[in-house]
Amino acid sequence: MLLYVLRRVLLTVPLLIGITFVSFVVIVLAPGDPVEQMPGGDPSIESSAHAKKMLRELYGLDQPIPLQYWNWLKRIVRLDFGRSFAPDGRPVIHKIIERLPVTLLLNVIELLVIVAFAIPIGVMSATRQYSRFDKVTTVFVFVGFATPEFWLALLLMILFGIQLNWLPISGLRSMNWEYLSFWRQQVDFLTHLLLPVIVATFGGLAGLSRYMRQSMLEVVRQDYIQSARAKGLAERVVIRKHALRNALLPIVTILALSLPGLIGGSIIVESIFAIPGMGQLMWQAYFARDYPVIMGNLVIVAAVTLFANLVADISYGLVDPRIRLAGRRGR
Amino acid sequence: MAGYGLRALTSALSLAALFAAGCTADTGGPGEAFAQSAPAKPAYGDVFVEPLHGNISGLIPQLTSDLYSSQVAGLIYNGLIGLDGQSKFVPELAESWTQSADCRDITFKLRRGVKWHDGQPFTAADVLFTYNAIMNPKTPTARRDDFAAIESIDAPDPQTVRVKYKQPYARAMMGWGTPILPAHLLKSYVDAGTLREAPQNWNKPVGTGPYRFEELKSGEKIVLKANPDYFEGKPYLTRFVFRIIPSQATVFLELKAGGLDSAGMMRGLTALQYARQTDYPAFKKTYEKYRYASNQYTYLGLNLKDPRFADKRVRQAFAHAINRQDLIDGVLLGLGREATGPYKPGTWVYTDAVPKFPHDVAKAKNLLAAAGWKDRNAEGLLVKDGKPFQFELLTNQGNEERKKVAEIIQASLRELGIGVEIRILEWASFLKEYVKTRKFNAVVLGWQITEDPDQYSIWHSSKTGPDDLNHVSFVNPEVDDLLEKGRTACRREDRVKHYHRIQQILAEEQAYNFLFFRDTLPVIAKRVRGVEQTPNGIHYYLNKWYVPREEQRYSAE
Repeated sequence: MLLYVLRRVLLTVPLLIGITFVSFVVIVLAPGDPVEQMPGGDPSIESSAHAKKMLRELYGLDQPIPLQYWNWLKRIVRLDFGRSFAPDGRPVIHKIIERLPVTLLLNVIELLVIVAFAIPIGVMSATRQYSRFDKVTTVFVFVGFATPEFWLALLLMILFGIQLNWLPISGLRSMNWEYLSFWRQQVDFLTHLLLPVIVATFGGLAGLSRYMRQSMLEVVRQDYIQSARAKGLAERVVIRKHALRNALLPIVTILALSLPGLIGGSIIVESIFAIPGMGQLMWQAYFARDYPVIMGNLVIVAAVTLFANLVADISYGLVDPRIRLAGRRGR
Repeated sequence: MAGYGLRALTSALSLAALFAAGCTADTGGPGEAFAQSAPAKPAYGDVFVEPLHGNISGLIPQLTSDLYSSQVAGLIYNGLIGLDGQSKFVPELAESWTQSADCRDITFKLRRGVKWHDGQPFTAADVLFTYNAIMNPKTPTARRDDFAAIESIDAPDPQTVRVKYKQPYARAMMGWGTPILPAHLLKSYVDAGTLREAPQNWNKPVGTGPYRFEELKSGEKIVLKANPDYFEGKPYLTRFVFRIIPSQATVFLELKAGGLDSAGMMRGLTALQYARQTDYPAFKKTYEKYRYASNQYTYLGLNLKDPRFADKRVRQAFAHAINRQDLIDGVLLGLGREATGPYKPGTWVYTDAVPKFPHDVAKAKNLLAAAGWKDRNAEGLLVKDGKPFQFELLTNQGNEERKKVAEIIQASLRELGIGVEIRILEWASFLKEYVKTRKFNAVVLGWQITEDPDQYSIWHSSKTGPDDLNHVSFVNPEVDDLLEKGRTACRREDRVKHYHRIQQILAEEQAYNFLFFRDTLPVIAKRVRGVEQTPNGIHYYLNKWYVPREEQRYSAE
């Protein structure tokens, strides 16, 4: 087992290098470069040619791409993410760290809400397949898939922010936040998160409840469910104890794989609700061709993804003896 | 909106103007002023909440190039001089100046007793430092031009700065609108070549302006607080809060809900919002709408290297065929002004006395016939030497306005028997693959014009290289000569003659088919008084804006 883990860990290193290299090349080859977007790129100014040249040298953009990548790699192995190409020239890691908490918070809440609703919905529509509840949720699911996030967001903002005037429209805090009591601050913060969470949840809820339904439907047709029923167990016990546990396995995999998404942030939700998270940071970085910020984020997401994969594989091994045995026999 | 644009000087946002005081304030005793009811009494206090569409990218203005950063920095810093709403130079850190007859020497007398936000005195050393910082080859700035023309600069005493230019230089004065930076805080960074990394570029900026930096939450908001030691006196509004809201739809909803005091001073409403969605009583009660011509014009640029477009008569025919008023009505709901050349109507350099091309399809057809486009093929397209008149019209993605303009042009030219195919391209590849390589027939694009009328880099024949801006390859010896004269003459009275002539030639030649200047449509909360609409906008004299005591909304100290 230990050897297996060690081998997997070692394998992720070339994988990570491969991922970053391909991404680096693709990003650098995209038309436009960071200098065009910066003061040096200001076309009104005739010294811009000089400024552009200077900035390209400053950022090392005058070097061949493999060399640029090598320099970046040398820094990143020391966990030095470099400085942003933006005029503020701030360390990339600071930019990411100041944006990460909001995005993480929003996504974790979103994930919890989705899980809390999707699993019961999925189970109920599976156990009552083709019932009215099942049909209604099916419609709801398709509506959820089909609704564009920005449109839903605007509708909710108009309804709750303007017509009813119950909730704030955008941002994270009210103007007078500093002057509120501690508890009032928390309430204020949460009311600001309410609409973004609803919008972000809507689509995801639809997806996960479908997976849950499908997985549950497969499990209830298994022989051991039959025998559990034959044993005379109450239907509730059959569903909760025997069926649900097994049906949850694939869901857990899906959730594990969605972990890297937690730091990604949604561009649409963050832009429309004016939430300063990772989505907005990356969006601006792409437009400005701010390579260090793009790559910094990418390497973090790639590392988290690989880590999540590794954890998933190892836990399969722990959970399911068949996988572990097959591994031994194979060697 | 993508900004392929000439950017105005940072000081275009300039606030301070010595003569801006007066009028509403300081007339008679307080009792009397109150009795006059209509203009309420200026009072200190309240907060102004302004949206920014994007995050700022730094607070040392010489390093940044985006509008948002310079809007915020405009309240923190001062230049030696500023520009007022009528494009007149006004004193800021310099209380007066003298210019020699040949314009090569300028002497600035600096204002006494001005303090940096950290309490240090402002002196001529700071002015010399700012010059050196910009000229330092290690400073990543593109604002070097105006200072590269300087031969020598010195400070005979702490209150005087003398500048000598190598030759008469038209933009000399304008250059001194550049924000002056504090030498005592930034010198070591400039020397080390790490100015970008100075804390003053992020969350510790120190200037001399009406507002001091108070707080920055990256991507969320920037808070500025009134500077009690400001040389024109403490500004009335206690705080300026800039909220970063990327989506224009969200800005509009926040405005309707009363969460903002402006729709963005530099950007304002869309034409649709201005004309159709804000015309109800509750909105009009809370907000005042303003309207003035923006500095951006839209044009149809024909590649003059294309033999068909090299013929002036074809370009003139296009000008007759395109109904500019229709474009303004259709695309901007009437909220724009016809462009007759590359200068904004109403500015000192603008002239109306240029050849005009009113909408006249018959005349357009005659001009085309004279150019040899007489026969038509089966599809109804004009034919010359066996080839039908067809071309590709390019514009960039993400700009609805330009897309609609392209469509109307397409329909207008179809009437003449010219086939136009529209292609919408992603910005970066549009520039790289088509504009820079000159591989295009025609483009719909726009320019943002600068305060100074020098457009050498757009029209001069030496600026037709791949990285240059004369992308239609306009070549005219007389214009070349006038451009050179215009940038070396230094008095407006002399310069204006050259620029009038340039406008006449550009119109006659239809170097571009100039289309329109769109209007900027800002709104400001009605409780805020002292807002003045000038030809250049409303964002002037912000330190004189106030909210009468009884209407104040935020009790912020």
